[in-house]
Amino acid sequence: MTTKLKEVDVVIVGMGWTGGIMAKELSDAGLTVVGLERGAPRSDAGFSVPMIRDELRYAVRNELFMDVSRDTLTFRNKPAERALPMRRLGSFLPGEGVGGAGVHWNGQTYRLSPHDHALRSRVEGRYGKSFIPQDMQLADWPMSYAELEPYYDKFEYVAGISGKAGNIAGRIQEGGNPFEGPRAREYPNPPLKPSLASEMFTETTNKLGYHPFPRPAANMSRPYTNPDGIQLGECQYCGFCENFGCEANAKASPHITVIPAALRNKNFSLKPYAWVTRVNLAPDGKRATGVSYTSVLTGEEFEQPASLVILCAYGFGNVHLMLLSGIGKPYDPVSDTGTVGKGYCYQVATVVQAFFDDRNFNPFMGAGSLGVVIDDFNGDNFDHGPVGYIGGASIYSASLGGRPINQRAVPPGTPRWGTEWKKATARWYNHTLQMSVQGSNMASRYNYLDLDPTYRNAFGLPLMRMTYNFTDNDEKLSAHLTTVAHDIARAMGPTHLGPKTPRRAPYSIVPYQSTHNTGGAIAGHDPGKSALNRYLQSWDVPNVFVMGANAFPHNSGYNPTGAVGALTYWAADAIRTKYLKDPGPLLHT
Amino acid sequence: MVDIARRDVLTMAGAVGVGVAIPVSSAAAEAPPAAARSYQFFDLNEVAFIEAFVDHLIPADDLTPSGTELGISIYIDRQLAGAWGRGARMYLLGPWAAGTAQQGYQLPLPPADLYRCAIRAVEAHCAAVHGASFDRLQPAQRQQIVQALSEGRLPLQEVPAQAFFDMAYANVMEGLFADPIYGGNKNKQGWKLVGFPGVIAAHAENIEHFRGKPYPVEPLGIADLS
Repeated sequence: MTTKLKEVDVVIVGMGWTGGIMAKELSDAGLTVVGLERGAPRSDAGFSVPMIRDELRYAVRNELFMDVSRDTLTFRNKPAERALPMRRLGSFLPGEGVGGAGVHWNGQTYRLSPHDHALRSRVEGRYGKSFIPQDMQLADWPMSYAELEPYYDKFEYVAGISGKAGNIAGRIQEGGNPFEGPRAREYPNPPLKPSLASEMFTETTNKLGYHPFPRPAANMSRPYTNPDGIQLGECQYCGFCENFGCEANAKASPHITVIPAALRNKNFSLKPYAWVTRVNLAPDGKRATGVSYTSVLTGEEFEQPASLVILCAYGFGNVHLMLLSGIGKPYDPVSDTGTVGKGYCYQVATVVQAFFDDRNFNPFMGAGSLGVVIDDFNGDNFDHGPVGYIGGASIYSASLGGRPINQRAVPPGTPRWGTEWKKATARWYNHTLQMSVQGSNMASRYNYLDLDPTYRNAFGLPLMRMTYNFTDNDEKLSAHLTTVAHDIARAMGPTHLGPKTPRRAPYSIVPYQSTHNTGGAIAGHDPGKSALNRYLQSWDVPNVFVMGANAFPHNSGYNPTGAVGALTYWAADAIRTKYLKDPGPLLHT
Repeated sequence: MVDIARRDVLTMAGAVGVGVAIPVSSAAAEAPPAAARSYQFFDLNEVAFIEAFVDHLIPADDLTPSGTELGISIYIDRQLAGAWGRGARMYLLGPWAAGTAQQGYQLPLPPADLYRCAIRAVEAHCAAVHGASFDRLQPAQRQQIVQALSEGRLPLQEVPAQAFFDMAYANVMEGLFADPIYGGNKNKQGWKLVGFPGVIAAHAENIEHFRGKPYPVEPLGIADLS
């Protein structure tokens, strides 16, 4: 039996960064808002020393991530293969519970470049239409960098980002990123303290003529009070950031910022353990009437009627709910029609390791976003003509921890066990510098999401199916930019240099690579080619808005959360100032 | 002194009943209390295998005691006896197919059952090829078996060698480096091996004061602060 609840103005599905921002913005506007979260509640008292410093529990047994025994996805490299379930987490680690992946993230918070926002126009303009590979679905974002700038700014101040501006209102700033789009003002907090690895990377990339700058971090470089009056502590460089919650409240996370800020409003209520199974539509399919959910505590089923439904789950969850609910037309790669599930992108990521006999890195002193990055090979900051691919990468040195189960390396040629392995592990643990190449990924015709015909989740619903592989473009990018990173490492004069191992097809779902899964419900100018309009409103069901990286038409060479936050504030503003005055499609087709 | 294999000791004890005097070696005299050496999941044959396997990967030498002495076999036993070993946080529903390497683990077995099947299969191989159980092989023969397992080359009945080795290898590393509350990393010797300081980690000042310099501290674990 289903219990029908009292209608509210807004129901939000998912309580991470996007759900928390929406809850705050829309409850501030006086609307009655219910936030549903499928996982457990979390608060600022949720993590404490010493229990949080448990690498096995959090980083190996995956305590804070989605539980794939209940719901997972199936995967194959290409349509001709049979998709099989992701039976364990590996390649990516979506979060679960109040705060979502914003609890266990590292906090790297970038803006996309103006180039990224106008990708197709810029590529065609500089290299010509014929430069774009046949199956690459290259698109302009439906909002410009300049339009989004105030919202990037808003998110950076709410999240207390520590960094150094490179371009304030068109004036290039020493020590920042000279390639970035103009910003209205400096970051709210100064950069984190550099590690030895940071200093070495800075010195070498400067010598090579590149432009290093500190990675913008949601780890607080000093105590900070955000514009909502929320207080954050100073980062302790504990090295337990990614995969962990922060006991010092020094990593901006939704459960300690936007969600408690929203909860000050009596018209917002938060319901954890509420697993949404469907967005309910009116008989004509053009209007949502609310959502159905199951309490995972009692098994009871509820219907929550609402005038406005905002999907704020992880990107996979949003696309899954759209497919399960019949919102928009599922994408079909053969006919290249439909939009929901289209444009799934990932990250083309590689790592370079260098070993220095005489350097003590103390890798256990680190922070999620501590490090230095160059943007010289990102976006269109270099000439792509000679290299023959589209896209780029941020190339950085990271000092995010030295947790010994997962974060240790030995030089090439070391045996995998025995006394010799032990000697090398003891010798090099404190002497390894790690660099990363975070490559962009363009949408491609046969990389997409749909419903699996065979496998089901704990609610009896079809799992989502991922079809994904690296393309020729990805392989060219990775070969070139992994070489660039390898050359930087060589220029530092290491005792041993790790192998150069660019990404090649086939993509594997097994080794961890990145939790930057984008696309699947992309925003665009054309309802025939995108699921969402420029305000992240469904073209097909206009009282449904869909937040998150699923809206990205491509995945850039930056971490996505800065753009996710900015897009959410941008959409919230459109709902408040445009939609509420005249509910309906914000753009007419 | 006659080297009596641990399995024989235990078998003898079982055969003649509780309360009988068991030969005690000097090493056994220094062994941890019985509860810490008692297995919850592995049977006697499996204990012989896992202790030999763990000690082959992590041998006693100048750097550390053997893997078994570090508690790694006990760590693995506890993991297999607990929720993880029984398949918590795994999607275990069918149908099943081998799939490609890129699709990852596709066996219907939770970790505990994979260990059980794989140990039986490795022992069957050792018996057929060498006429002895894994723990009684010469070190060079053992190395051959482990090497072949790690490359997925060992022909095993029922289970893929690679899936088992990958899991067991990861578990050995966990047992060496996870917090001692899980039964391995005894006396934090895994952490001491590399110089990891453990759970005290307020480094906001250290990151400046010790930049580029050694940071020698006695590591602390969760139990030290609880």
